[in-house]
Amino acid sequence: MIRIDNLTKYYGSVRAVNRISFQVGEGEILGFLGPNGAGKSTTLKILTCFLTPTEGNIFIDQYNIYENSTKIRELIGYLPENNPLYLDMTVYDYLRFIGELRGLSQTVFNRNLRNVIDKCGLTGVVSKPIHTLSKGYRQRVGIAQAILHDPKILILDEPTAGLDPNQIMEIRDLIKELGKEKTLILSSHILQEVQAVCNRIIIINKGDIVADGTIDELQSALQGKTRLNLEVIAEGFEPEELKSSIPKLDILSISANPYLKKRDDIEKEQPDNLYLVVEYNSEEDLREVIFNYFKNHNWTILEMHREFMSLEDLFRTLTIERGVA
Amino acid sequence: MKNKTAILIAHELKNYFHSATAYVVLVVFLLITGWFFASPLFLVGQAELRSLFSTIPWIFLLFIPAITMGSITKEKTSGTLETLATLPLKESQIVMGKYWAAVLLTLTGIIFTLVHLVTIVLLGSNIDYGAIFCGYLGLVMIGAVYSAIGIFTSSLTSNQIVAFIVSFLFIFFFVIAEFILIFLPGPLVEVFQYLSIGYHFSNISRGVIDTRNVIYFLSLIILFLRLAVVTLESRKWK
Repeated sequence: MIRIDNLTKYYGSVRAVNRISFQVGEGEILGFLGPNGAGKSTTLKILTCFLTPTEGNIFIDQYNIYENSTKIRELIGYLPENNPLYLDMTVYDYLRFIGELRGLSQTVFNRNLRNVIDKCGLTGVVSKPIHTLSKGYRQRVGIAQAILHDPKILILDEPTAGLDPNQIMEIRDLIKELGKEKTLILSSHILQEVQAVCNRIIIINKGDIVADGTIDELQSALQGKTRLNLEVIAEGFEPEELKSSIPKLDILSISANPYLKKRDDIEKEQPDNLYLVVEYNSEEDLREVIFNYFKNHNWTILEMHREFMSLEDLFRTLTIERGVA
Repeated sequence: MKNKTAILIAHELKNYFHSATAYVVLVVFLLITGWFFASPLFLVGQAELRSLFSTIPWIFLLFIPAITMGSITKEKTSGTLETLATLPLKESQIVMGKYWAAVLLTLTGIIFTLVHLVTIVLLGSNIDYGAIFCGYLGLVMIGAVYSAIGIFTSSLTSNQIVAFIVSFLFIFFFVIAEFILIFLPGPLVEVFQYLSIGYHFSNISRGVIDTRNVIYFLSLIILFLRLAVVTLESRKWK
């Protein structure tokens, strides 16, 4: 639906975006992730026809930003960074103003307005001047403005920046709700946000795309190894024996479980209640083998879970370490 | 479906009257013009609009930059320019919306001075309605030119003070051009005379509506509005 083709943008001699290309399919919720100054907003500003690229093009269906800029702006709903609003206007007047400029007829406007007010939870504040509203409500007004004409594509540039944790949750729920019916691009420098809302992530750093995929894909692509955390009750457990029965396994650490300690464990050199951290190559799933090993010894597995490299680690690796190198 | 420029004009006018700008500017304008009309009336016993027509261009020199200094600068500082520019609007529609609102506010000021005309009609005799009509036409032209300059300078910067001072200087150049003619070398004299607003205004306010003068005013208006549009568009490739 959206095709970004070899996009480059220079501000003077400073390169903000460097030959990036990607596509967004209909109904996708794309998280556009990167540290501040990575080129996220610039890309979105080009997509919404606020800026012109130095090179490259963006296509939405059969339209492109050079020849069909008006058409593209009609298709898109956009919440700019920092959510600019006319603070003196009331919520109703503002939405009406936007609706008129969008060319909505009175009947369409009335229908959409009711819909939007409902969705964004603006019922109590419609007649209030925007400057009297809290930041969370202002953000809702900004989103209401963006979806007023019921666009197919919704672009939100840092929609939760500067909100308190409760407001962030509310806005995220709203975004998730909107994502069900629209193609949505959301930019953020906060990982949890993208993780919570999006089904696909593009990580951009210094104008380059450094990663592109679903959250799971990104995590396993970067991490060739799977780490397994085990909590077991194993009387007479010998690490060497485990290692020799399953050679493909690396034992990273063994420690006594401080919470499940039996009284007589204290005297023993090797306690029964153990935390094990093991690692194996992701290509082969060893969980069943490990389970059977403990079962054959009549030991108990209390807990076993895979640990993915957190997205935070991934983000840091991609944006700092590679950036320095 | 309403005309989008008309929507923008209405929006802009509401802004003027929602904030104190319109009221302050109009009241001050009327006080000053009132003084320039009333003092010859009472001191000399002369009921005429000539002094009004000669002072208003000078008052506009401050009055119009004060009106226009915020029109695009404010959109830039608050970021709402991005909202406007990403709606399906043309830059020229945004500029024309701002421009016509400024012209209409200026026109409101001019219309209020018609009170003085009423005074003259009541007191005077031998009223030259033709000259008065032309004088007013000249004022409207001048207001329209100054507004275009003001809109252009407000598109240049995101600082209102800078916008005010720069538009003041621009307008001042066109006003002062006819007074510096004696200092200029021969070939430049005609150029500066043609550029000066006073030269064309005095022609019109004498009752001579020459197409040359009208073309002068119209071309200045179109030039500065076009420049404003280009400045707004230039953000895209900067």
